[in-house]
Amino acid sequence: MPLGPSLLVSAMLFTIGVVGVLLRRNAIVIFMCVELMLNAVNLTFVALSQRLGLEGQVFVFFVMTVAAAEAAVGLAIIIALYRHRDTLNLDSINLLRG
Amino acid sequence: MNPLAGTVADRVGLLILLPFLGFLVNGALAFVRPQAKKVVSAVGVGSVALAFVLAAGIFAKMLGTRADEPLVRTLWTWMRVGTLHLDVALQLDHLSIVMVLVVTGVGSLIHVFSIGYMGEDPGYARYFAYLNLFIAFMLVLVLGANFPVLFVGWEGVGLCSYLLIGFWFTDAQKAAAGLKAFLVNRIGDAGFLIAMFLIFQHLGRLDFIGVARYAPERFGLGDPTVTAIALLLFLGCAGKSAQIPLYVWLPDAMAGPTPVSALIHAATMVTAGVFLVARANVLFGLAPTAQAVVAVVGALTALFAATIGVKQWDIKKVLAYSTVSQLGYMFIGVGASAYAAGIFHLITHAFFKALLFLGSGSVIHAMHHAYHATHRHDDPQDMRNMGGLKQYLPKTFATMWIATLAIAGVPPLAGFFSKDEILAAAFARGQIAPVWYAIWFLGTATALLTAFYMTRLMLYTFHGPNRTGDAERTHLHESPPVMTTPLIVLAALTVAGGALNLPDFLPASGWLHHWLDPVVSQGTRLAGGAELPRTTEAVLIGAAIAIAVLGIWLAWTRLKPAALVPAAQAPDEVGFARVLYEKYNIDELYDAAIVRPLVWISRNVLWKGVDVGVIDGAGVNGSAFLARTLGWIGTRVQTGRLGTYAVLFIVGVLAVLSALTR
Repeated sequence: MPLGPSLLVSAMLFTIGVVGVLLRRNAIVIFMCVELMLNAVNLTFVALSQRLGLEGQVFVFFVMTVAAAEAAVGLAIIIALYRHRDTLNLDSINLLRG
Repeated sequence: MNPLAGTVADRVGLLILLPFLGFLVNGALAFVRPQAKKVVSAVGVGSVALAFVLAAGIFAKMLGTRADEPLVRTLWTWMRVGTLHLDVALQLDHLSIVMVLVVTGVGSLIHVFSIGYMGEDPGYARYFAYLNLFIAFMLVLVLGANFPVLFVGWEGVGLCSYLLIGFWFTDAQKAAAGLKAFLVNRIGDAGFLIAMFLIFQHLGRLDFIGVARYAPERFGLGDPTVTAIALLLFLGCAGKSAQIPLYVWLPDAMAGPTPVSALIHAATMVTAGVFLVARANVLFGLAPTAQAVVAVVGALTALFAATIGVKQWDIKKVLAYSTVSQLGYMFIGVGASAYAAGIFHLITHAFFKALLFLGSGSVIHAMHHAYHATHRHDDPQDMRNMGGLKQYLPKTFATMWIATLAIAGVPPLAGFFSKDEILAAAFARGQIAPVWYAIWFLGTATALLTAFYMTRLMLYTFHGPNRTGDAERTHLHESPPVMTTPLIVLAALTVAGGALNLPDFLPASGWLHHWLDPVVSQGTRLAGGAELPRTTEAVLIGAAIAIAVLGIWLAWTRLKPAALVPAAQAPDEVGFARVLYEKYNIDELYDAAIVRPLVWISRNVLWKGVDVGVIDGAGVNGSAFLARTLGWIGTRVQTGRLGTYAVLFIVGVLAVLSALTR
């Protein structure tokens, strides 16, 4: 199985994630974009494990575990944020401005 | 092996320690129990008297062993920095022991006198503490074995002088007089310091013995460097010993208690400059130009101060200008390489000028009590308020006349021999350079004025009718024995002091000359001697006597004490007399030419320009402004928006990646 298409898809997914993080305003969408980036990396791991051994696939499980934990904490923060500010638009959340 | 080692001379450090302990005890008593006057007197006088006894013991030992080599006692190492190796060391030789005897001997007498003079002063313990500290520092000065140790004593006596001039510091004028003395001395001390730096730079050492040994090898005769060193040292001497142009502090220093004037500003401290020239005789011997400057400045100062003394009314001011004038004589002596003559005059002057000051103290004491008894506020020091005091103060009267005759140069009193020897030495050097004849002439003219103004002082103070006031007259009385005894002892020394160094044609002549020879012979040899024929010497002596008698006769016949009126009713002086009375307005000149421009520059340039503008503006506030501006720029990045952080984060990652993959 050729490696090129897999890596190309992975790169596209990652770029979409990055652009989403940079351009979107809604906290949940940004959060989803971060997940997208993580999964793009997972895809790379799996694709490359064909050539470089099984460690890449093992690593994917770790990434998924961390992503699950991160989702739990992240969503909890988003809920707390929404309760507090009544909005998830990050442009209006800038309390740390210098 | 020095024959003095292992004898009582090893206790030389104790000389300084005794008065210093006296200072500590009296200083503590000044805080704890200022009214314990008996203890204070016992400690104050006792410590100095013990030091004198010890000094006499050492002197007797030196006479016995005939040790010509100086005994150097190293107490501890002061500092070792690079090639500089300094010890705190004391040097006992023929010069320093003579000075120690004068300081402790005259010092003891003045301490005794102070018991009576300061008896009712609330600062009694503080006074004796300062006086003891002064003796300790003065002994450091004369005993120091290298320039820095001498300098410690030099500055220490300056400090004590400042403290004692401003002893009654609640009087702003007296406090200002102390400050003036301190500040004027700073100028001279700067010269002294630079001279020390130069000596160290060129010789690499600062101890007297080493400098005396290596200076002639390093410098040729008249080398510009050694001339500069000698002149800078002399600048220090001019400050401490009140010579032109730095003499202005000494007359103002009379604001201190009168025994202080006698001890510090007549007998000991102000002669430190003369001592220093004698100590550094090798350096001066190598610099004939500097020696001529020393003698010319001394001669000019002698005449200048004597003319001012002629028209002063304050009894202490007359004596102050007389002291400046006599110090000028000493500098003529040491400038003419006649170190023994200079030191001889230093000693005799210590006797008769201390006597004159203590006598004036006795007079002021009586006047002050008379005015105090009737609650009048006239000046107890103004001679116009005195007159006819001889019947009220007979002992003071008699002893002060002895001192007056001595300072005027009437044989066979001490002042005659010492002054004559200095003038003869100056005249003898006329064979080498004609300028010395001019110096001799100035000195002789000064001798005439000296005889005149001292007779005037005695005439206005003790003779003629009394002008104190009818009610006050009954309160005038002689001082207690504790004050008159030192006067009598000093009068005896004034009479006998000349025997120290009799002229050649008398038996047992020149003792001091031979005694000091091991210390100063090197400098004298470098300068080259000049001998006078016997007949010339006899003519000079005859002229000196004639001039002294002429001065006294002029004053006696021309001045009419009966015509004087008390100070309060006296008319203003006119003409040249006014110029003299106002001391040539030198103080005003210095004020306009130096003090005010300095204050103006300090205020407008250094304070408002440099301090406010540069240091406060650019330095302190400028750096704060810079930090704040940079911080403000930094805060612009902190928008608080996640988007900005994310962009920066990604830009950062890309930058790192591109750097790593290159």
